[in-house]
Amino acid sequence: MAIRAKKKQEEYNALDAKKNASNLSDGMLRFNCVRPAANVAYSLLFIALALVCVLPVVFVAIISITSEQSIGQYGYSFFPKQLSLSSYRYVWNMRDLVGRAFLNSVGITVVGTCIGVILTAAMGYTLSRKSYKFRGFFTYFIFIPMLFHGGTLSSYVVNTQILGLKDTYWALILPICCSSFNIIIMRTFFTTTVPDEMIESGKIDGANQLRIFAQLVLPICLPALATIALFLTFAYWNEWYLASIYISSNRTDLFPLQYILVSIEEKIQFLINNAGFMGADAQDMPSETMRMAIVVIAVVPIMFAYPFFQKYYISGLTVGAVKG
Amino acid sequence: MNRPETMTIQQKKKKRGKIRVDDLQLFALSLPTTIWYLLFCYIPMFGILIAFKKYKVAPGKGFLWSLIHNSPWCGLDNFKFLFSSNMKTTIAMFRNTVGYNIVFIVLNIVIPVALAILISHLYSKRLAKVCQTSIFLPHFLSWVVVGYFVYAFLATNEGLVNNVLISMGINPIRWYQKEAIGYWPFILVFLNVWKNMGYNMIVYMASINGIDGSLYEAAVIDGASKHQQTRYITLPLLKPVIIIMFIMAVGRIFNSDFGLFYRTTRNSSGLYNAFVTLDVYVYNSLFKSTIPTYGYASAAGFIQSVLGCLTLLASNAVVSKVDKENAFF
Repeated sequence: MAIRAKKKQEEYNALDAKKNASNLSDGMLRFNCVRPAANVAYSLLFIALALVCVLPVVFVAIISITSEQSIGQYGYSFFPKQLSLSSYRYVWNMRDLVGRAFLNSVGITVVGTCIGVILTAAMGYTLSRKSYKFRGFFTYFIFIPMLFHGGTLSSYVVNTQILGLKDTYWALILPICCSSFNIIIMRTFFTTTVPDEMIESGKIDGANQLRIFAQLVLPICLPALATIALFLTFAYWNEWYLASIYISSNRTDLFPLQYILVSIEEKIQFLINNAGFMGADAQDMPSETMRMAIVVIAVVPIMFAYPFFQKYYISGLTVGAVKG
Repeated sequence: MNRPETMTIQQKKKKRGKIRVDDLQLFALSLPTTIWYLLFCYIPMFGILIAFKKYKVAPGKGFLWSLIHNSPWCGLDNFKFLFSSNMKTTIAMFRNTVGYNIVFIVLNIVIPVALAILISHLYSKRLAKVCQTSIFLPHFLSWVVVGYFVYAFLATNEGLVNNVLISMGINPIRWYQKEAIGYWPFILVFLNVWKNMGYNMIVYMASINGIDGSLYEAAVIDGASKHQQTRYITLPLLKPVIIIMFIMAVGRIFNSDFGLFYRTTRNSSGLYNAFVTLDVYVYNSLFKSTIPTYGYASAAGFIQSVLGCLTLLASNAVVSKVDKENAFF
């Protein structure tokens, strides 16, 4: 009995603590929450985890504005003795290389996302139509590649020897623009949100399937399109593997930003060589901080974009995870 | 007024009949995607046969010509090499691929489920939202970028960890050299959990949010503690999602996250035994060695494709036993 009473008391304490929380509307929730001490512990745990996830980005950003001498003396530090923006100045001087790579990344991301969304939506839509005669066949058609794939070597052979994609932008765009996973997410969206009656009404008005798809279906499925577009955007922006396979090391004009990072990780000499013919002074180049500056340039767009688009991303994840 | 029923009968009739204009239009709509699939998925499937060829360069000719006209079929020779003279690497890569995946599967279920339940208990929903968003961040970063983060902490001369070690009077460790190989399994596991935590957490959080609140109300009226509610309501209702995530991960047990193993370790030769997986081996022998060993790489790739396919089929069979709704096909 005493324990019961104590628990009740604790619940009332919790209630008091929550009185200030204005966003709590559900009455039942007020009686059903963890003890305040536990809440503090959990809050601290999550703040710690959030810091573990965010601090590396901050750390790299701080390194990028540390002076090279300070790093030589004290190493990387959260609290540098001496700040300097010379790394960004050098990156700016090398804008023919880094700026071009940035634009390449933007271009590949935009073009790839557009192509990918169109291909995914078209296939997803046809698979969602129950009256489609080839539905069963095409369902298997997109499932089989999920089960079995030819492997790295055969993809490489086909893409370079047959399709001639070596050292082209298309090599960075086409191989990943479509995936069975995305098509299935799209199909699930279409099946649940587009009623057959709507398609019928379109047909009665004399529209063909292409027009129904473009003018009736796509406009009401914008959230689904946004989800797939986001998956693809982040995938393209972070893509480096394709470049490492399909782009020769001397074709720096085709490098996306992520691959610049790979190249300068593999040999800092790469930067110095390229700095040489670009007129930048290679002698006192802040190579350490410059690498981190390019990392910051690659990360900042994502960091500021993803919190706003999270909602769409999550809706895709949950559909994909449940029906995958 | 049973219009839907009559419509389905009509549809069934149509489906049995001849190909309609509608079908052709839908086919035309999916044609570009179909071509993409043929080019990028189906044609490469035949490339799996390279594993049974002894590749010989024909001077002055391209790879494809050499492969078709100059390379004899060699049966299982490539596999023999993989399992005889190359045994040490072969064992290491299978051990790493499967071993790491098993650890990842367990931790990527236990930790995110625990965190998803705990975060739903937080008083401040705003704090929960901010933390969840922050924890999601690593999912959006590439392994290349994460590799630089790791370098910032582990670099031999400038790295933060070695600085701290020195300031505490402990000898610094050359993290990317052979002497540190014992630490890397833990680093790789940590990085994998760190990067995927937010993603997995959200999957479970969505399921927790979908649980009917009246269940908890009833439990509170019966005097159930928060712990009991978790034990007897939340976890049982999460079970289907956990099972699906588990089985999906098991189906991919022969695949490895190439970027994790290749980029964060900087492909350091001293650490090779700690991070070589099937994907790393194939990539290194194709693109990083001076004489590409096509035969052995394709043999390893063949094994990966076939075993991957079998485990996926097996896991799907298990899913359809457990829960028909959630089977892939």
